[in-house]
Amino acid sequence: MELRVRALETVLTQKGYIDPEALDVLIDTYQTRIGPRNGARVVARAWTDRTYREWLRRDATAAIASLGYSGRQGEHMVVVENTPTQHNLVVCTLCSCYPWPVLGLPPTWYKSAPYRSRAVREPRGVLAEFGVRLAADTEVRVWDSTAEVRYLVLPMRPPGTEGLDEDALAALVTRDSMIGTGLPLAPPARAR
Amino acid sequence: MNRRYATHADLGGQRGHGRITPEPEGELFHAPWEPRALALTLAMGATGSWNIDMSRAARETLPGYARCSYYEIWFEALCRLLAEHRLVWPDEAAAGRALHGSPAVARTLRAADVPAVLAMGSPTARPAATPARFAIGQAVRMHGGDVPHHTRLPRYVRGKRGVVEHVHGTHVFADAHALGRGEDPRWLYTVVFRGSELWPGPADAGEAAALAVSVDAWEPYLEPA
Repeated sequence: MELRVRALETVLTQKGYIDPEALDVLIDTYQTRIGPRNGARVVARAWTDRTYREWLRRDATAAIASLGYSGRQGEHMVVVENTPTQHNLVVCTLCSCYPWPVLGLPPTWYKSAPYRSRAVREPRGVLAEFGVRLAADTEVRVWDSTAEVRYLVLPMRPPGTEGLDEDALAALVTRDSMIGTGLPLAPPARAR
Repeated sequence: MNRRYATHADLGGQRGHGRITPEPEGELFHAPWEPRALALTLAMGATGSWNIDMSRAARETLPGYARCSYYEIWFEALCRLLAEHRLVWPDEAAAGRALHGSPAVARTLRAADVPAVLAMGSPTARPAATPARFAIGQAVRMHGGDVPHHTRLPRYVRGKRGVVEHVHGTHVFADAHALGRGEDPRWLYTVVFRGSELWPGPADAGEAAALAVSVDAWEPYLEPA
C-alpha cells in the first residue's frame, strides 16, 4: 500500500490536482489540533454551566461552535444526554460517520464490522467488551448516524467532582465516554 | 437492464463479525500510508469532482470491501473515482507518473486554505420548499424491500414501524445526490424504533426489551403507519 499511495500522490501532484503541502496541513490538523480533547471541553462546560447545557440541548451546532469547534463532519450537531435511566450510544452502521470537530478521526473499532453490526442489536454485549456494565433498568438508546447529523454523547458528571474546575473535569472525559462506549474517569483521590 | 446495486457496507444487525478491539485515544493510524491516503481523499474531495455521497457509493460497492481495512477502502474507492472521472488512469496510478492528459478540476485545495475549508465544512441543510409531511410523535413505517442504488436507509429498519422524534428541516437527499441528480433537498427526520420491533426473535429478547434505536431518515423513506 505504501508504494501505491505514494505513486498516486505523485501523479496527482504532477497533474496539479493536489498541493502536497495541503496534505501535510490536513494530517497535522487531525493529529494535533482536532481530537477528543475538543469534545471534552464541551462536556466540561456543560457540566459546570447550566445555561450552556441548555444551549447545547437546543442548538448544539451553535453552542459547540461558540467554543471554536465547527466544520467538516460536524456541520449539524446533536448532543444526547445520559441520565440514570437512559444510556446513549452512537454508531454509523453504513460507514463511519463521526463528529470530527469534537472527536477527531474515528478509532478503528468504530469503523469495523463488529461494532457497526452489533451496536444496534446487542449494545450491552458491546459495552461489556469495553468494560461497561449498566444497571438492568437503564434503557439503551442507540443513535445510528445515517444522514449528515452528527451525535455527541454528554456523559453524566461523575460523583465526587464538585470541587473540580473545568480543566480538571475535561481531563476525566474520555473519547469513548462521548461515543457512549465508555464512562468518564473517576476523579483523583485527593479531589474527593 | 439494471444490475442489482450491491452494497457491502450495510452491516447493522448482522451476526458473526466477532469481538470488538478497543483502542487507546491517541492511536489514529497504523501505517505511514494511512494518513496520506486520508489526506489524498480529502484533498481530491475538495476539487469538487464528485460529492460525498458518490464517494460513499464508490466505497460501499467495492468488491473487496469486507476484506479491506478502512483506509484501504478509502484508497481503493479514490482510485476508482479518479478512473471513472478520467482524472487518473489505472496505468498512471501503477506507473506513478502522469501518462495521459490532465482534465481540469474545479479547484485545487491549497495549504493556506485548509483551515478555512475544514472550518466551513459542507452543511447539507437547505431552505424548505414544501411543508413537512410528518410531525413529531407520528407513527411511520419505513420503506421495505430493495433499493437499486446508494441509499442511507439501512436494511435492518426497512418495513419497520417507528415514531418521528425530531424534524431536522430539509437536507440534501443522499440517494439523489449519489446518482448525480442534484441536491433534491427533502425533509429529514429522526425516527426511533423499539428494540422489540427491530429484533423480535427470542434470542434477542434480553437486549431488545430495554433498547431503542433511531436512524435519520429522509421523507421518501417513510410512509404513514
